[in-house]
Amino acid sequence: MDYFLKLFLSGTAKGSIYALIALGYTMVYGIVQLINFAHGEVYMIGGFVALIVGGFFFTLGLPVPLVLLLSIIASVIFSSAFGFTIERLAYKPLRSKTRLSALISAIGISIVLQNFVLLAQTEKYLSFPSYLPELPFLLPVREYINSTQLIILATTSVIMVALTLLIKFTRMGKSMRATAQDKHMAQLVGVNINQVISVTFVIGSALAAVGGVLICSYMGQINYYIGFIAGIKAFVAAVLGGIGSIPGAVLGSFILGWTESLGTGYISSDYEDAYAFIILILILIIKPDGILGKNQKQKV
Amino acid sequence: MKRSLLVLAVLALAMTLVLSGCQKKVSETIKIGVAGAHSGDLASYGLPSVNAAKLVIEDINAKGGINGRMLELFIEDDQCKPELATNTASKLVSNNVIAVIGHICSGATKSALGIYKDSKIVTISPSATNPPLTQSGEYPNFMRTIAPDDAQAKLAATFIKEKLGLKKLAVLHDKGDYGKGFAELVKESAEAMGIEVALFEGVNPGAPDYSAVVNKIGNAGVDGVVWGGYHPEASKLVQQMKDKGMNLPFISDDGVKDNTFIEVAGKYADGVYATGPTDTSTNPMAIKAVADHKAKFGDEPGAFFLNAYAATVAVVNAIQKAGGTDYDAIVKALRSEYVDTPIGKISFDAKGDVIGFGFSVYQVQNGKYVELK
Repeated sequence: MDYFLKLFLSGTAKGSIYALIALGYTMVYGIVQLINFAHGEVYMIGGFVALIVGGFFFTLGLPVPLVLLLSIIASVIFSSAFGFTIERLAYKPLRSKTRLSALISAIGISIVLQNFVLLAQTEKYLSFPSYLPELPFLLPVREYINSTQLIILATTSVIMVALTLLIKFTRMGKSMRATAQDKHMAQLVGVNINQVISVTFVIGSALAAVGGVLICSYMGQINYYIGFIAGIKAFVAAVLGGIGSIPGAVLGSFILGWTESLGTGYISSDYEDAYAFIILILILIIKPDGILGKNQKQKV
Repeated sequence: MKRSLLVLAVLALAMTLVLSGCQKKVSETIKIGVAGAHSGDLASYGLPSVNAAKLVIEDINAKGGINGRMLELFIEDDQCKPELATNTASKLVSNNVIAVIGHICSGATKSALGIYKDSKIVTISPSATNPPLTQSGEYPNFMRTIAPDDAQAKLAATFIKEKLGLKKLAVLHDKGDYGKGFAELVKESAEAMGIEVALFEGVNPGAPDYSAVVNKIGNAGVDGVVWGGYHPEASKLVQQMKDKGMNLPFISDDGVKDNTFIEVAGKYADGVYATGPTDTSTNPMAIKAVADHKAKFGDEPGAFFLNAYAATVAVVNAIQKAGGTDYDAIVKALRSEYVDTPIGKISFDAKGDVIGFGFSVYQVQNGKYVELK
């Protein structure tokens, strides 16, 4: 039972890591129906910005919490700018074309950004300092969960609630839902869809940046390629939970985390990816739109 | 009518090819290839070899080349990916190189070797340690200036048994040719010495989190962990183990015995054991090679630099002894002649493994790898 609890908690921690990235994925998809493959790269860039800015402020001798705050702010601003620019450059010109064009454009952007960081920064793995505080009350139970894991879990929950509130109850949220339902109609009733889509990308990228800082702190390392691997898993999680649904992304991520963790613990870690994809296939057979996805009739 | 014209055209084209084929053969320079990871996440293992080969070739050319013929380098990148390595090999073959220094990773080396074998090109890797590359006898054109993994694995197992006195091990690997090969060999040798291997598993390289498998290690009640693989995963594993309060000895391979590991893992690296090529930095040739590197490139050389330097020196020496670029004569010279290199006085045995150079165990102490005697 003790072993099960440990595995369950490590699955939860893993799930919250996936969720942090999956939230941005699913939000962009929910509003513009575009799988933004460059999302993982924005997350990676967020991590790099935090590393650079954090390093700078550390040398100035600022206290760690202040450094953390400043580097999160810097990476949120930087990543949001990236998200905004990517949308304007690579997706907006293709908005009236088939969805496939934007998808390929997204893959292209992902490759461009990876190689940009590879050339502009380094091909090496770099050490990422732990910006997150060590919570003393967790020390006795550190075999089960540690501070960083708890902070990531808490952040994920807060972001999920905040996003849901934003979409359900604010004016911007209403415009987002209108844009998601029918772009042309929304435009006719006076919604500035360019603005709405830009805001969506900015929020999605800001989330990725927060994810970048927290997850890199947890891993203790960073590399230009981390966005790709994390992006794939987060994408699976988002599809599992029903892509486009905010709570679905979190639920899907947890299911993925638990499956991988328990599969590793009780069977073997050799087939970790296999468990994840078996679950994905099973759920898609039973419920093709994902666990919390809405059944949308598509015109063919 | 049209068809016959086409046939004529094809014939004409074929003729020119045959003619141009006849004109080849007379090449001024002796061409040597360098292949390995020069970009991508394992570039830090491959780039030092390029520098090593450049230094040796410049040295020889400055002295007037080999029998008046200058040496020329052809550098090709394979990113340590087997699927790219075949392209890399084909490119080098079409450049008519007579020997290749490389490749770096075992998987990539294996996929390139068939091509070199068919074209009769001597291949000397500074770093590919997968045992079957030599021991299968499949590639008579292949040699290496590094001991194979089983030598490394046997040393690791002996060290675990005699120095650390561990009884129950967890052996993990990254599912790659290199990491899994090392892990399997450690398991074999350890079990032969009466050490129990309670856990033997592969993990996904690049995953953000290994806490599940770390829990599993804790649950298995082992008193040591062996890792077969490279440093990015190793540093995440040691970090997550220590975060959970597990202070087990961590023993790994020369994929981890690189200063990048200490840079990335930071304070978590202390105490980690890794096997790696015996330190030959006090060898006078090694001191000169490192000094030359600093003078030309401005920094300390990286991983496998001396091995690659030795490989290039051995090739050059074999060409000199063979008196030309004949494949059989070069291979014979490599196998029979001893040559002074930065890693010692070396030769190659009938299977292609290096004679005169081996492995030692290192431990990270205060942020530095220290050789344990």
